[in-house]
Amino acid sequence: MPDSKAIFLKDATVNAADGDQRAFIRKALGGYYTNRDLQKARYRDWERARDAASLAKWSAVNDLANVLEKFTANFERNGGVVHWARDAAEARAIILKIAEDAKAKAIVKSKCMTSEEIHLNDALEKAGYGVVESDLGEFIQQLRGEAPYHFVFPCMHVKREAISELFTKHLGTAPTDSPEELTMIARRHLRQLYVDADIGITGANFLVAETGQISITENEGNARLTAALPRIHIALSGIEKVVNNLDDLSVLLPMLATAGAGQPMTCYNTLYSGPRKKGECDGPEEFHIVLLDNARTRLLSDPEQRDALHCIRCGACLNVCPIFKNIGGLAYGTTYQGPIGSVITPHLRGLKQWNHLSGASSLCGACTDACPVRIDLHHHLLHNRRNAAKESPTLFDRAFHNGFNFVIKRPWLFATGGRIFRATLPLLQKLPLPYMGAWMKTRDLPKAPSQSFRDQWKNQNV
Amino acid sequence: MSDARSDIFARIREALKVKAPKPHLKTDANPGKTSTVAKPWLPDGGETADASLTILAEQLAKLKAVLIRVPDKAAAAKAVAELSAAKNWKKVAFHGHELLRPIAASLPCETWEADASFDKQRLEGCDAGITTCESIVAQLGSILVSSATSGGRALSVLPHVHVVVAEASQVVPDLGEALALAKARHGDQMPSMLSFITGPSRTGDIERILVLGAHGPKELYLVLIG
Repeated sequence: MPDSKAIFLKDATVNAADGDQRAFIRKALGGYYTNRDLQKARYRDWERARDAASLAKWSAVNDLANVLEKFTANFERNGGVVHWARDAAEARAIILKIAEDAKAKAIVKSKCMTSEEIHLNDALEKAGYGVVESDLGEFIQQLRGEAPYHFVFPCMHVKREAISELFTKHLGTAPTDSPEELTMIARRHLRQLYVDADIGITGANFLVAETGQISITENEGNARLTAALPRIHIALSGIEKVVNNLDDLSVLLPMLATAGAGQPMTCYNTLYSGPRKKGECDGPEEFHIVLLDNARTRLLSDPEQRDALHCIRCGACLNVCPIFKNIGGLAYGTTYQGPIGSVITPHLRGLKQWNHLSGASSLCGACTDACPVRIDLHHHLLHNRRNAAKESPTLFDRAFHNGFNFVIKRPWLFATGGRIFRATLPLLQKLPLPYMGAWMKTRDLPKAPSQSFRDQWKNQNV
Repeated sequence: MSDARSDIFARIREALKVKAPKPHLKTDANPGKTSTVAKPWLPDGGETADASLTILAEQLAKLKAVLIRVPDKAAAAKAVAELSAAKNWKKVAFHGHELLRPIAASLPCETWEADASFDKQRLEGCDAGITTCESIVAQLGSILVSSATSGGRALSVLPHVHVVVAEASQVVPDLGEALALAKARHGDQMPSMLSFITGPSRTGDIERILVLGAHGPKELYLVLIG
């Protein structure tokens, strides 16, 4: 198994030193900040809206068994088929079986991060199916053979020249530096693929228990086409996406758009409740939903961090995160990047291998402030650090904490240690300090004060 | 071996044995009985029909959707015919609805009642699709179409231009009201698709620069009667 921490540290170091790329990302996010603030200003009380959104998700997640039961009963009543997957392998097997039974050849997908989580494309391609991502950003990343950089803006790091070269290479189109022309190339290329595909695979942003509908949010219309033209529609969703009723969506849909992309409402917000009904002129003959656990119940069993399951995947925490903006999305090596990814990945994939992401934070709290459903993101990063130290303390953790405990309980030792440290500090400043690693590369040791803080306090004239 | 469903439910019930505290709220999230407006913290949708129409016009303009207001059905037919001539449409698909048939008949080009014989290849070749809608949300500039009342799933998204013809009385102030209305109208027989369309299809995937017409219509017209 590759050492995810070593890879992370290497990639993060390289990316953080790439000034051009960082400037490009900052510029790309500039328009988002402006639009988000303009849209937030239209809310008569944004904080109150956040409360309502948070409560809507809280009440569904904390009653998950009942709400899921209600959702699946209504989904089936509408003529859909429900499948359950304990883990990624089961989810892949279910989808492969549906494709096999349908004797499908071509599959078109709209953006679905859960499918990235279970590495669905690899499995489908290995089984011989043609799979095409239809979201423009995902389509570009698929051609590049690269994971999404940001779970809402998958190719925000790619310059138009590179996209033009990519299209020339794979689609044989003439080079252009116009984003509009590049978009039209993808539009023309993908249109026939929707018409020809046997199966359309989508994700789901919300599962509405009251009506058994799934809600899909998108801007391009690719999910609409994916769920309209092929004869089978498969939706893949985590079990935590349920909400109680339609009325919750009247808060969550606009907030998802505003927090995620600075829009009043995403271009298409679509509710699907089954295959084509009697009297309807089009739509798929079959509608399946695959409900995935994949360690979500492990996160659910931690009441302290359970609210991380409230996430509506808007990406607002990534857009404001100083770490994300400097190291970029690919360095995380995870399906979900940024603060929310750093919080949930250790739960989904193991704290031991992924705890280093808890350190990928300045604890500034910008993520927590940005979250439309009030997930306590930066405190959860601290909780993960604490849990990791408890679960499998490193030698350094143990030595440091035992040593600290020993000294702090003995004031005379603390004072003596301080005196020795102050006296030797000028000497230390002259020495190279390789053992301090990256910390000292960009920092100087401060000058030693003549007195300790405790002495200064004692001697002040109050 | 137990099945996946019961396993997952067992895991959930076990996990939820320990309760999580309610979220720390900054405000009292209940709307209170004093206001006549539902959810008075969301963007304003207008308290009167006139106010709603004003907000709707502002929102549609920002979304780069085109609002055409006409006094009656005859004027609506004239407006769509003019649009068709100006844009040089050759083939137009429309939903077989009593409001739309006279409009289609007045167009100076080939027209096709798409939901009578669905053919996705033919629909893809159409310049424009004309539909009705369920309701229009002033607050957000969203138009709610459905598979049952707007000519299926593809007509409002596959042709390059989407024209919606509606009565001004279909404008509701906010999203909550549009959803409540759909629920009241369809009960537990919801159309298999309900879609809120908010402006023409768009993407910002290339350098976060806005481009209209990613996969769905590049142009969206709302012809509002009355």
